[in-house]
Amino acid sequence: MQYMTPGRRLFVIVNYAFLILLSLLCLLPLIHVLALSFSSSAAATAGYVKFWPVEFTTNSYQFVLKKPEFLASVWVSVKRVVLGTLVNMVLTVLLAYPLSKEVKAFRMRTIYVWFFFLTMLFGGGLIPWYMVIKETGLLNTIWALIIPGAVPVFNVILLLNFFRGLPKELEEASFIDGAGHWTTMWKIFVPLSLPALATITLFAMVGHWNSWFDGLILMNSPDNYPLQSYLQTVVIRRDLSLVSQSSLADLANVSDRTSKAAQIFMGALPILLVYPFLQRFFMKGIVLGSVKE
Amino acid sequence: MATKKWRRELPLHLMVIPGLILVLIYHYGPMAGITIAFQKFIPAKGFFDSKWIGLENFRYVMSLPDTWQILWNTVYIAVMKIVAGLVVPITVSLLINEMGKALIKRSVQTLIYLPHFLSWVILGGILIDLLSPSQGIVNQFLGYLGIEPIYFLGLDAWFPYTLVISDVWKEFGFSTIVYLAALTSINPTFYEAAIVDGASRWKQTLYITLPGMMPIIILLTTLSLGNVLNAGFDQVFNLYSPQVYKSGDIIDTFVYRIGLVDAQYGVATAVGLFKSVVSFFMITISYYLAYRLANYRIF
Repeated sequence: MQYMTPGRRLFVIVNYAFLILLSLLCLLPLIHVLALSFSSSAAATAGYVKFWPVEFTTNSYQFVLKKPEFLASVWVSVKRVVLGTLVNMVLTVLLAYPLSKEVKAFRMRTIYVWFFFLTMLFGGGLIPWYMVIKETGLLNTIWALIIPGAVPVFNVILLLNFFRGLPKELEEASFIDGAGHWTTMWKIFVPLSLPALATITLFAMVGHWNSWFDGLILMNSPDNYPLQSYLQTVVIRRDLSLVSQSSLADLANVSDRTSKAAQIFMGALPILLVYPFLQRFFMKGIVLGSVKE
Repeated sequence: MATKKWRRELPLHLMVIPGLILVLIYHYGPMAGITIAFQKFIPAKGFFDSKWIGLENFRYVMSLPDTWQILWNTVYIAVMKIVAGLVVPITVSLLINEMGKALIKRSVQTLIYLPHFLSWVILGGILIDLLSPSQGIVNQFLGYLGIEPIYFLGLDAWFPYTLVISDVWKEFGFSTIVYLAALTSINPTFYEAAIVDGASRWKQTLYITLPGMMPIIILLTTLSLGNVLNAGFDQVFNLYSPQVYKSGDIIDTFVYRIGLVDAQYGVATAVGLFKSVVSFFMITISYYLAYRLANYRIF
């Protein structure tokens, strides 16, 4: 243990205090919302609620869980996460395996890689994207939320780089034993990359759960909205153009604050539940992705 | 011989084909759809029968007084976000690196990347409540300090800064991970040697830690160049209101409004095309610089 000069000691104390404060700053807003959601409307409106429920009640949750639109949107989201993640993962593996080959083994490889990579650099923009989805008949179906983003090019590149790091000998041994590409992919590459696959699966799941914009514009009827799109319309969208300038400041009072809080919290809940696993994997995943070699 | 090779590669082609078709339709399809930027597009006629008008849509956009303000907003907000998004995580990672106690250190790290995983809908809902001038806890707190309530989301003077600060709040923890990873890879013998030479903690930071982080700082700085026109659609869309269009409207929200709300497809596509082209050059340059300066290759 090194001797601490008074200056160093002061720095250490201030540093700890600052960083703990900083981390609380990331947590407290959520705790405030949680406290609001379990408080009575009166206490919330009067502004008594800080970080602990005032006049504890589960009224807002009962109210929200009885709303058929809310439950319907949760169901759409669950379907979306399951189907979407499955489709994303199958396509990610199917693309990463061939594209991880050397040009010697797969002559078209470079052309294919560029074909996919280019979509990360250039896009058609919102309107043409919308029209293609409309023309292909996906509007207002769950597939509109899954098919257009079925190929997560960034994840393909992550996995492709991971595959390239695996020892060549395993693949050669597999071929000598008479296995083809399909068997080698499924029996050698996939089992060996479970940590990478877990990271990418979580990326895909969180991405699908958190998406809201596509649901908002690709679904004609709010019955088909996934949860985040539904929340966007009920919690966020306030048509201020209809409100006079003087009453703008009080706008927050118009709708029930506690039920909004309950819905916000439920929208965040799945993330909070998988968070302990998430952050461990993501930490590896992001490092895997951004600081190579 | 040639056929045998082809036979061996056939399964690889088969694996690529499903993804290839989907990308062709849903990524290259919209690229073809860019042609409507040069048309007086009428949905009922479709894009084969709509009238070609050359650069008329572009001229129209440039004649709008809002356009230059929106372009300025976009670049201004994006650049502030890029700078703050580099400085804050670097500083925080240096500070975290100075923490000794493993448990507190890990708890701090775990908490600061929480907001990253929540969508802007959730965070928007939280912020709207938190920052409300009448009920928000932030203004209540400012009230205790004797400060008048501030309408953070409703005033042009505050809105861009609210965007930048809330964006940093959401992402700084997550960006910190990469810098912390870079810090752990610095050879500890450098520090031992410096201590023997009597270097203070500050000197060690200045002459060992910072230079050790330099490659990753350069890399992320160059890569961030590609985002100069990305001021953050998800965030702005969930936080703004007509009151702050003047300071908060960015290219992406503008495209949404003229395209999907006002149904001016051709004009919106023209604006989108402008953004795509500029972004394409910026991203290409940033990848090129990242390759030259930091030997970064994406695949």
